Amino acid sequence: MKYVVAHEGEIEEGGHKLVTVAGREIGVFLVDGEYFALRHRCPHQGGPLCNGHLLRVVESSGPGDYAAGPRRLLQCPWHGWEFDIRTGRSWFDPAKQRVKRYPVSLEAETYPVAVESRSVVVTID
Amino acid sequence: MHAPAPGVAEVGAYLDDYWREYADEAGFRAPSSVATVYPPAAPTTRRPGADDSPEGLLAHLDGEGATHAVVNCFSGVEALRNVDFANAYATAVNEWLAAEWLAHDERLRAGIVVKPDDPAGAAAEVARRAGDPRFVHVLLPVRADRPYGNRLYWPLLEAAVEHGRPLALHFGGSSGNPPTPVGWPSYYLEEYVGMGHIFEAQLTSLIAEGAFERFPELRVVLLESGFGWLPPLLWRLDKEWKGLRREIPWVKTAPSETIRERVRVAVQPVDGPPDAEGLARLLERLGSDDLLVYSSDYPHAHLRTYEEALGPVVSPELDRRIRHDNAAALYGL
Amino acid sequence: MRRVARLPGIVDADVHHMLSSNDLLTPYLPQRWARYNEQFGLRYPDSIGYFATRPRHFACRTDAWPPDGGVPGGDLDFMREQLLDAWPIEAVILNPINQTTCGSQFVEFAAALTRALNDWTQAEWLEQDDRLYSSICVPCEDATLAAAEVERRAGNPRFVQVLVNVRTREPLGNRKYWPLYEVAEANGLPLAMHVGGHGGNTITGAGWPSYYFEDHAGYPQAFQSQVISLVVEGVFERFPGLKVVLQEGGFAWLPWLMWRSDMAFELLRDEVAHLERKPSETIREHFWFTTQPIEEPERAEWLPQLLDELGMPGRALFATDYPHWDFDAPDQALPLSLGDELRGAIYAGNARALYPSLS
Repeated sequence: MKYVVAHEGEIEEGGHKLVTVAGREIGVFLVDGEYFALRHRCPHQGGPLCNGHLLRVVESSGPGDYAAGPRRLLQCPWHGWEFDIRTGRSWFDPAKQRVKRYPVSLEAETYPVAVESRSVVVTID
Repeated sequence: MHAPAPGVAEVGAYLDDYWREYADEAGFRAPSSVATVYPPAAPTTRRPGADDSPEGLLAHLDGEGATHAVVNCFSGVEALRNVDFANAYATAVNEWLAAEWLAHDERLRAGIVVKPDDPAGAAAEVARRAGDPRFVHVLLPVRADRPYGNRLYWPLLEAAVEHGRPLALHFGGSSGNPPTPVGWPSYYLEEYVGMGHIFEAQLTSLIAEGAFERFPELRVVLLESGFGWLPPLLWRLDKEWKGLRREIPWVKTAPSETIRERVRVAVQPVDGPPDAEGLARLLERLGSDDLLVYSSDYPHAHLRTYEEALGPVVSPELDRRIRHDNAAALYGL
Repeated sequence: MRRVARLPGIVDADVHHMLSSNDLLTPYLPQRWARYNEQFGLRYPDSIGYFATRPRHFACRTDAWPPDGGVPGGDLDFMREQLLDAWPIEAVILNPINQTTCGSQFVEFAAALTRALNDWTQAEWLEQDDRLYSSICVPCEDATLAAAEVERRAGNPRFVQVLVNVRTREPLGNRKYWPLYEVAEANGLPLAMHVGGHGGNTITGAGWPSYYFEDHAGYPQAFQSQVISLVVEGVFERFPGLKVVLQEGGFAWLPWLMWRSDMAFELLRDEVAHLERKPSETIREHFWFTTQPIEEPERAEWLPQLLDELGMPGRALFATDYPHWDFDAPDQALPLSLGDELRGAIYAGNARALYPSLS
C-alpha cells in the first residue's frame, strides 16, 4: 500500500518528518536530495530512532585517524546505535562480523520512498 | 612458573662496574616491591614443600610431564625509578635467567624482563633477547602507571611484534598510583582479589586504543589473572562499543571477537564457581576453546589444581588444547 | 510512546534530576558559600578536562533536553512526560547527579553544597510530586560532616538512603568513612554508591585511560574494588545492620567477585581473622544492586542463568537511569523469560522491601 506522507518541498534537506501510517510511526528523511523512510523505533530497546541526530559516517584507517564523510548515519537518541539511513543496517552490522553471535533483528525497518506527482509516497506492505 | 626475584647477590655478576658499585654504596639488595606483591611467608606465595631453585622447578616439571615450561621472573624492576638502573637491572636479570635457569634444561623458556614505562629501553631489551628463542614473551606486570594500550608504549609493542613475542601481562607490579580506582586498599587479600579488575582495565585499554588494529600480529597472554571476570567484560565491552564506536572508530570488530582471537589466558588461579556444572557454564561463556593455556604457577599456592577444578568438565580434546596446543600455537613451539 | 503491556507497577530506583546551573543553589547556600561559589565555583584538581570529549553531552539521551530550556533532568514537567507518566511508575528514587561534583569538593565546601542540594531537592522536587523520593547527598570525604547531614534528613521519610560517589579518595571500607556508616545504620538508611565522583585517583588500577569508552566501561572496576573493601575491612562485622546499594555498576561480575573472594579467603584466612564469614555470604546478606545498565550477554538465556548464580533474587532493583544515554527502557530491559514473579520483585517488590517509607 502506498501512503502519501508529505508534499514535495515540505521536508527540508537534512530534515525529517514524523508520520503515523498503517498503524506505525515512521520518520521520513530528505538526505542529499533523496528520501528515506525508517520506522521510528530502534531495534535495541525501542527508542525514538527518528528523533536522533543524522551524523557523518566516521571511518578510520587506524588509531588516530578519523575520516568524516557524508551525513547518513541516524544515531538513536538513547544508546547511540548508528543506522545507515539508506539501508537501515546498523553500523556494527552483524553480517560484517566474522562470527555471527548476535540475532539478526538489529536493523531498523526501512520502507521504499518515491516522489509521485509532487507527493512523497511511502510503500508499506 | 616462577623463578624467585633475584637480588644483586644473584645478578651482580651481570651488572657492569658502575652499577655494581652503585648498588654496593647504596646498600641496595633487591627491588623492594617484590615482597609487597609476594610476601615471602604468605600462604599464597609458596605451596607447602615448594622448592623454587632450578632443581625444584625441574622436579615439578618432571612430575607434571610437561614438554615446555615458561619461567616468569617477577623482578620488581618496574619500580626502579632511575630508568638507567632499571634497564641495566632488567638486562642483568635476563642474562641471569639465560645462564642459570634456561641452561639447565631444554624444556625451559622465559619471559623477557623489561622496564615497561621506558618503552624505548624496553624495546631495546626485547631486541637484545630476540635472537634467543628460549625467551618467548615480554613480561609486563599488570599494574602500571598507564595502561598498556596507550600509544606511548607503542615502540615496545612494535618491538614485541617485530620479534614475534606476545605481551605477557602478569599479576602484580608496582606503580605510582593505587591498584584500584578508589585509592589504596589495606589488606593483601583485597589486592589479591582486586588484581582481576586491573586485567579488565588493561584489556579495555588495548581494545580502545586500537593496539590490535595498529599491530595486526599482536598477541597477548594473561598470567596469574584468573578468567571468571572475562565473560562479563566481553559482554560489557561489546555493549559499550555499539553505542560509543564513534569515539574509537578504528575499532571495527566487536571487542569480544578481538579478545578471543588475540588474547590467551592462563588457567590459574581458577576463579570460577566451586561446582563442576558452574565451571562448565563459565567455560561455555568464554566462547572459545582456544582461549585457555595451562599453568601451574609453581611455586605459588592455589586452592585447586587445574586437574581438580577443570578436569571434571573438559573434554579430552579441550584438555589437550589447554595443556598443550593453545600455548604451542601462541609461542610457535 | 506509551507501552504498558505486561508491566507491573514500577519503582524506579535510579533517576537523575539535575541543576541547570550551580547558581540554582545560591538561594539555599549561606552567604559565605554563595560568594565562594560565585568567585571560585566547583573545581576538579584531579580531572582537568578529562573525558570532556565524551560523545554524549552530559552523558544524556539526546532526546531528553527539555523543549523549554535547561538541561536533561532539569525540568519536572518534562520528566513527567518522558518518564513518570510514560510508564506505570509508582515511585522514583532520585539520585542527584550533582552529588558527583558537589560531594567531591573540599569538605567544607562540599558540606555546604550538598546541604543546599538536599534542600533544593526537597523544595523543588519532593514537594512537587508525591512519587518522588531522594537520596541524601553528603560530603564524601569527611564522615563527620557527612553524618551531620544524614542526621539532618533522617526523620524525613522522603529521603530514603545515603548517597556517596563510587570513585572515592580511599576505598569505602577504610575506617575514615565509618562514622558515616554508624549514623546510616542507626537511622536504618542504606548506603548507596553511584557512578561518578572525583576522588583524586586514576580511574583504573593501571593508570589513566584515554577514552570515555574506557571510563564508562571501566565503572565495574570501581564497584568491584568498593565491594571488596567493605567486606574485607570488616565493615559489616562492625555495622551488622548496614545495607549497601550498588547503583549503575552492572552485576554480571558479582558472581565472579564472590567466587574469587571466597577462594582467596580460604587461602588467606589468617590475614583477615576479624572476618566471621566467607565473603560471598556477607555480600549476599548486605548488598543490593540496580539493574541498569542491564547486562546483554551473547545468549539471552545467560541472563536468567546469571541471576540464578548470583542467588540474590530479592536484591535486584529495577532502574532506568533516566535521563542518561545508557538508560534502560522499562518495557524492554527485563526479559519476559525471567517470569512474572521475579519481574514483579525486580520492578517494585524488592525496592519496597528495602525502602519501607515508599507509599
